Amino acid sequence: MLEFRNVSFSYEKERPVISDLSFKIEEGETVGLIGANGAGKSTVMKLFLGLLMPDSGSILVDGKELTKEVLSDVRKALGFVLQDSDDQMFMPTVIDDMMFAPLNYGMSREEAEAKADEVLEKLGLTELKNRYNHRISGGEKRMAAIATILAMEPKVILMDEPTAALDPYNRRMVINTIKELPQTKVITSHDLDMIMDTCSRVILLSKGRVAADGPAEEILKDKDLLEANRMELPLRYYM
Amino acid sequence: MNKLETALRDLSEMDRLNSIDSPVHRMSPLAKFLITIAYIAVTVSFDKYQLSNMLVMILYPAFMFSLSGIPVRTCFYKLRIVLPLVMAVGLFNPFLDRVPVMRIGSFVVTAGMISMVTLMLKGVFSLTASFLLVATTPMDCICAALRKLHVPSMLVTLLLLTYRYAGVLTEEASVMTDAYLLRAPGQKGVHISAWGSFLGQLLLRSMDRADDLYASMKLRGFSGEFAYAKDVKLSASDTVLMVLCIGAFILFRLVNIAGLLGSLFV
Repeated sequence: MLEFRNVSFSYEKERPVISDLSFKIEEGETVGLIGANGAGKSTVMKLFLGLLMPDSGSILVDGKELTKEVLSDVRKALGFVLQDSDDQMFMPTVIDDMMFAPLNYGMSREEAEAKADEVLEKLGLTELKNRYNHRISGGEKRMAAIATILAMEPKVILMDEPTAALDPYNRRMVINTIKELPQTKVITSHDLDMIMDTCSRVILLSKGRVAADGPAEEILKDKDLLEANRMELPLRYYM
Repeated sequence: MNKLETALRDLSEMDRLNSIDSPVHRMSPLAKFLITIAYIAVTVSFDKYQLSNMLVMILYPAFMFSLSGIPVRTCFYKLRIVLPLVMAVGLFNPFLDRVPVMRIGSFVVTAGMISMVTLMLKGVFSLTASFLLVATTPMDCICAALRKLHVPSMLVTLLLLTYRYAGVLTEEASVMTDAYLLRAPGQKGVHISAWGSFLGQLLLRSMDRADDLYASMKLRGFSGEFAYAKDVKLSASDTVLMVLCIGAFILFRLVNIAGLLGSLFV
């Protein structure tokens, strides 16, 4: 479904952020992309989305190599939930935002609204439909941001810190929602408890390389491995 | 609460006004926009000495205020910063144009005084009409109406995003101001020596946000044309109302209604 083949990338010459990175994510998998600050997680996300292009190597999305020519097709298959929902929810109301992508991809207004209604109902957010984006709470905004992506019907969902700055109730709500999504998911986060709850597999990045790749249960319990990569065990393992 | 937080509350207040349910709020945004433009165009077209002719233009805002349920006080409170500037436009006319035109008892009314009041009223009427449009129509509907009138997409998108992010940016500036004031006890505001770095930081934050925002738009299929969720259409009743309003404005412009009414009693 998603594949990095020997990808290297640098923002400045002589200082590579991603070095010869290779991994593959199969359809239906939920993968946690973890690592300390500066490990290259956000860059990997941007490379998947075609917001950055690799200096060398290739990226495959749904069997297609990511090039400028296929970018719009590839982006249609990918939904990206940004860390700051204010950056994502740029339209005045929740429904405007939810209809933004479907309308851009050629749906009629009626179809786009029906799609938005269906997603809102599925997520239990129907009361948010006509609310102004700047008048809803942080937790509601995060859920609405996920809803805007689901309205696109993407095959893969990429999430950047989906539980950052949420209170426990809203955090749990987001986690439960993520768990119920059937799509292939890639989640970057420092919230390792959330990664444990939602992901079956974890890729640990360090200095732009894969430091470990395997089952979440295994990697997230490995204290030495995590500490060697400037991370700590999930809180549940301290109890 | 710092001044920026007050500004944020003012922005929220506009949303509350937008959400009132009234016949004016239910009117087509396109009709309201065109009526407002026609009203402003007619109002500013009066000659500077046609004070009595122009007075009848007050009927439109009066009618709209009573129908929309928006308090007149709220309008003047919101416009408290702009109104004095607008009113200052003709302030020097009484000194520059001293030709006497009439006498009220021993008080001589000069042409300059008439033109000053006319200019002030033009400003007040135009601002009030604009306020009524914005207070009764959500910004996305105004933007959709502008696109319907073929205003360039880039300008309309800019307007929409500026409105959406004015609040977010003000919030960031407010947090920065609080952080500054907490470390600068006794100061009433941000000291002039810190303005450069303060604005620089704000600019950098805005640029970062703009980058993320544009990425988010591109990733959802944006290709230069904004797809508005709401479609603005003119119903038959909206069209009739619009024609009646614009017709009345033209009539007010061509015929001195106040003069005619006055002549009935003199």
